[in-house]
Amino acid sequence: MVKLDVVIGAMKLRNPVMSASGTFGYGSEFDDFFDVSRLGGIILKGTTMEPREGNPYPRMAETPSGMLNAVGLQNKGVDYFEKNIYPIVSDYGTNVIVNVNGSCIDDYVALTERIAKLDKIPAIELNISCPNVKQGGMIFGTNPVSAREVIRAVRSAWPRVLIVKLSPNVTSITDFARIAEEEGADAISLINTLLGMAVDVKTMKPSLSTVTGGLSGPAIRPVALRMVWQTANAVKIPVIGIGGIMSASDAIQFILAGATAVQVGTASFIDPESTVRIIEGIQKYLEKKGFGDVNEITGWINR
Amino acid sequence: MAKRVELFTVRDKHRLSSDLFILELTAPAKLPELKPGQFVQVKVEGSPDTFLRRPISIHDVEYESNTIKMLVQIAGSGTDRLSRLEKGEKLDIVYPLGNSFSIPEIEGSILLIGGGCGVAPLLFLGKYMKSLGLRPEVLLGFRDSERIIEYGEYESIGPVYITTEDGSKGEKGFVTGHSILTRKKFTSVYCCGPEPMMKAVANYCLKNDINCEVSLEHLMACGFGVCLCCVVDTVRGNLCSCTDGPVFNTKDLKW
Repeated sequence: MVKLDVVIGAMKLRNPVMSASGTFGYGSEFDDFFDVSRLGGIILKGTTMEPREGNPYPRMAETPSGMLNAVGLQNKGVDYFEKNIYPIVSDYGTNVIVNVNGSCIDDYVALTERIAKLDKIPAIELNISCPNVKQGGMIFGTNPVSAREVIRAVRSAWPRVLIVKLSPNVTSITDFARIAEEEGADAISLINTLLGMAVDVKTMKPSLSTVTGGLSGPAIRPVALRMVWQTANAVKIPVIGIGGIMSASDAIQFILAGATAVQVGTASFIDPESTVRIIEGIQKYLEKKGFGDVNEITGWINR
Repeated sequence: MAKRVELFTVRDKHRLSSDLFILELTAPAKLPELKPGQFVQVKVEGSPDTFLRRPISIHDVEYESNTIKMLVQIAGSGTDRLSRLEKGEKLDIVYPLGNSFSIPEIEGSILLIGGGCGVAPLLFLGKYMKSLGLRPEVLLGFRDSERIIEYGEYESIGPVYITTEDGSKGEKGFVTGHSILTRKKFTSVYCCGPEPMMKAVANYCLKNDINCEVSLEHLMACGFGVCLCCVVDTVRGNLCSCTDGPVFNTKDLKW
């Protein structure tokens, strides 16, 4: 039997496949399709202190091999999360990770302190890379000074595994990865969406209410893979690869390039069972290639 | 009813008008109970331009042959590809999705109003209502005789009234101007069609104290409530048209 378990800081994952934030709801939406405990982890949709209605419709545009979204972190806030969501997700039997967002450092810290009281949350993913909010989000993740400040503040408020999710909308991704490592992050996840836009030629208007939005799907995969490879070579902490993973073969590319684990996002919209299909595919690949442990192939291309 | 992913087989396909066609699709196993107003998400293979699934409403159901029918308008590359499917080809479908039209508890006079491709879910709804002993009437609006559909099946539900914008069939004008609305007082209206038409129908119903439900067509990615792209602005905040809808009571809509 091939070993699929991986380790991110002090967190053990039964396999390297997680769901990406904002593409998996709170997990229960997938109950009809498969047992979510089969995943290595679930990153819940982005949470903020206060409820957020998100951006006006239209928030989505289909693009070649991908899509743009401008959801804008719609969520019911941490009070609702604690009362109504946490009791359900804490029984999932896999790692349930909260994606933490804020519009200022105090917000991030306040939310982190609230989540720290929920002892069945083994990790948070610090989102400094959302392109669809006017304040916070990507503003933190594209400025080295503010990135360092927010990571440092959250690190001091969070006792368990800290994953920092990076924005690809920067000149040098490795600068931000090193900052996260220096400030004590346990892992780095990348990439969040690439800033993009589309125009509707029929209506002669932008396709999104916000004009610009975040591009996801296989269209961004080569860019994501390049950044994951660069990041894995720049830091010693584990890297979690995200970006247009649709199949086991796609996920394996990220692992071979240096990712310890992966997150599957947009693929779940099209094939709700893609995460489990990818887990099975990774296992078959390792068996066929004669490996006994997925960790053996992490960063293989650098050999 | 539990959502699922299944590979359906194209049983038949036929054209209804210049840009509308019907796809008959047979499930690989016994169909679950489907409700009028629900939709399916269809994967369109073969092009990077059809990356996402296409949401299409259920037009009719034949439980005895495990077959669903979809009435599709050719609107872009995805629906164009669907119109080229041949008998025997497979189609990957996620279903059943969405809520459903509510069924009136008290006997009243019911009018189903459809416009263009929006007539699709009303056949399933009308047949279902008739099977419950209700007697809905049907008002269908089309732009011109080119785009009108063969509506014989709707006549099996109840009386059918037609409007065309150019007057080539039925009464000339929009559905909200049809004389049946002045001749008869309805208690419930169920509507699906282009948004301007649904808004006009909703306004008419509001003024005349008629309960009105509409089926909205919003852009979506997933179809089961995780992408949060298909939101509808309502009195209860942003709701997903895929899980809280696609059917909404017009009292709840802020449009």
